[in-house]
Amino acid sequence: MTALLEMTDVRKTYDTGAVTVEALRGIDLEVMAGDYVAIMGPSGSGKSTLMHIIGCLDVPTSGSYRLGGTEVSSMTERELAEVRNRRIGFVFQQFNLLASLTALRNVELPLVYSGVGRAERRERAREALDRVGLGGRVDHRPGELSGGQQQRVSVARALVGDPTLILADEPTGNLDSVSTREVLTLFDELHDAGRTIVLITHEADVAQRAATVMRIDDGLLSEGAFGSADDEARHAVRGPGARPSDPDAPTEARHAVRGPGARPSDPDAPTEVLHGLA
Amino acid sequence: MGWLETVRTAWEALTARRMRTLLTMLGILIGIAAVMLTIGLGEGARRQIDTEINKLGSSLLIVMPGGGSGSNAFSGVGAAGSTLTLDDARVLGDPSVAPDIAAVAPVSTARGTLAAGTESTATSVTGTTVSWAAVRARTVADGRFFTPDELTTGASVAVLGPSTAANLFNDQPAVGQRVTINSQSFTVVGVLASVGSNSMTNDDDTAVIPISTFAQRMPTSGNARSVSAIYVTARDQASISPAHQEITRALSANHQTSHDDADFSVMTFQALMDAANSITGLLTTLLGGIAAISLLVGGIGVMNIMLVSVSERVREIGLRKALGATPSVIRRQFLVEAAIVGLLGGLLGVITGVLGALALTPALGIDVVLSPVATLIALAVSLTIGIVAGVYPASRAAKLAPIDALRSE
Repeated sequence: MTALLEMTDVRKTYDTGAVTVEALRGIDLEVMAGDYVAIMGPSGSGKSTLMHIIGCLDVPTSGSYRLGGTEVSSMTERELAEVRNRRIGFVFQQFNLLASLTALRNVELPLVYSGVGRAERRERAREALDRVGLGGRVDHRPGELSGGQQQRVSVARALVGDPTLILADEPTGNLDSVSTREVLTLFDELHDAGRTIVLITHEADVAQRAATVMRIDDGLLSEGAFGSADDEARHAVRGPGARPSDPDAPTEARHAVRGPGARPSDPDAPTEVLHGLA
Repeated sequence: MGWLETVRTAWEALTARRMRTLLTMLGILIGIAAVMLTIGLGEGARRQIDTEINKLGSSLLIVMPGGGSGSNAFSGVGAAGSTLTLDDARVLGDPSVAPDIAAVAPVSTARGTLAAGTESTATSVTGTTVSWAAVRARTVADGRFFTPDELTTGASVAVLGPSTAANLFNDQPAVGQRVTINSQSFTVVGVLASVGSNSMTNDDDTAVIPISTFAQRMPTSGNARSVSAIYVTARDQASISPAHQEITRALSANHQTSHDDADFSVMTFQALMDAANSITGLLTTLLGGIAAISLLVGGIGVMNIMLVSVSERVREIGLRKALGATPSVIRRQFLVEAAIVGLLGGLLGVITGVLGALALTPALGIDVVLSPVATLIALAVSLTIGIVAGVYPASRAAKLAPIDALRSE
């Protein structure tokens, strides 16, 4: 079984003229289809940069990034736009809904850019809004919806194109606790339905909901708990092949960081990890 | 992403900021309306001149004293010092000399003060021959024109223009009344039919007397036989050119001058029309140029607002890119927005122009002529202005990196 998302020694350097900043200093990451991975890190850790690269919003300075078996690290902007459109569903902290458009029209947007016809687009957008429990609010504009509802609209927008990966960047950062619970429950349900989710956050209790938790600090990725990662050069951490269908773990040699592939039926794994966080 | 969808997206963006969109359109609107109105006015003035000139008789030629050509010859029309004489008129009236000429009417003009009872008015007094009415295409509405006998004897008879008669006699019948012209007593024998007036001439305000009487009673000239001008009609429009040559040949022979030192000039109405049209054309170009500058300013306004719009909507652009919009899709969206602003501004400008034309036509007394072709061109121009104004802002939008765009607050 091949990984859905596979990063090898990904580095990102920003050259601001006077100073050169190494935001990512060699990231190895593997996410299998159906995984629910949370990546935690404080601000300045390289978290956003990693999210941009996973989301194909930016390309690494060096290293390899394969998404769904395709190398994307050397793609042109045009090709990246298509990858984002077809393979990635974004959920942002600021929701990023267009204020002048109805919920339905907002959800339609990814399909507009992939050239889906109007009738089918409306149908699918309606289904996606039903899926997040907002079937009755298709004609509301973002300003007429609560924060939690807006975020659910943006989850619907992430789902509508049936992407390979749902990438959520601090999805609960602007929500109250009730809405946070709503949205995280929604993610749980999507995970149960077999969706692959990568969630980026700095909140431990949010990360807790994921099957696998990883930590990024100072441009390096490690598994789980704060302070417990051994920051060796390749500091690779990989789950012990927890997935029954994946017994021989061929990626071991590459020291890929990979979650233990814990399913929701395996509640201990993330909890254990989180004990280390406390 | 198809064009229909692009237009829809652009429309959503424009209607989300209605006030700004309308104000931006206003620049184009004013420019297009101003261009349409100035060109329409110019065209209206040209047509009016053509109509006036045709009314005078399109086969008319005028022989003026003095050399040179073109409209300059119109200056200094007084009979005094004129190089043209009654003899010249007689030569031109000879069919063996000028077979293409149908009729000849020498005229002498002077300003005169007319009085009847307590009323008086100043107008132009024309001394001429019996053929004047035919040559100038004038008819008598009341009474009669003077007769060949009255011309020969130098009778004190006058034919008045309709407005002159109305002024002097307060709309009472003028025929048979007495009138003084520069204190000389005349009998009114006829009143001319109206030909209307315009801003340039008033052919309804005049007094016409026999040229022999004019020579005796209106002492303006040292030489009683000299005339201010000779009006000539060709047999038809086709014979204007040969008639022109015959006049030149006959008068050169009569005056013993060559082409280079000719002391007279021949003016056809074609030349007059051309002269008038070149003046209105110049004015139209000038005003149209000013209007075009306002259109240019409107276009710059569109570009300015599009640039503001791009920097305001950085987040939106980033989001659209994150969701899969390619740079060319973004570029097209902004181009289409600018094009819609241009086209709609142009459309509103055309409507304003049409309404303005309807309002100005009675106010100025000149038809404002808006042609469908000019209207289509105006729309095409406004669309082009929109697109040109959109190119730079659209390419800025297209070049935004999605992460920078999403990051901005």
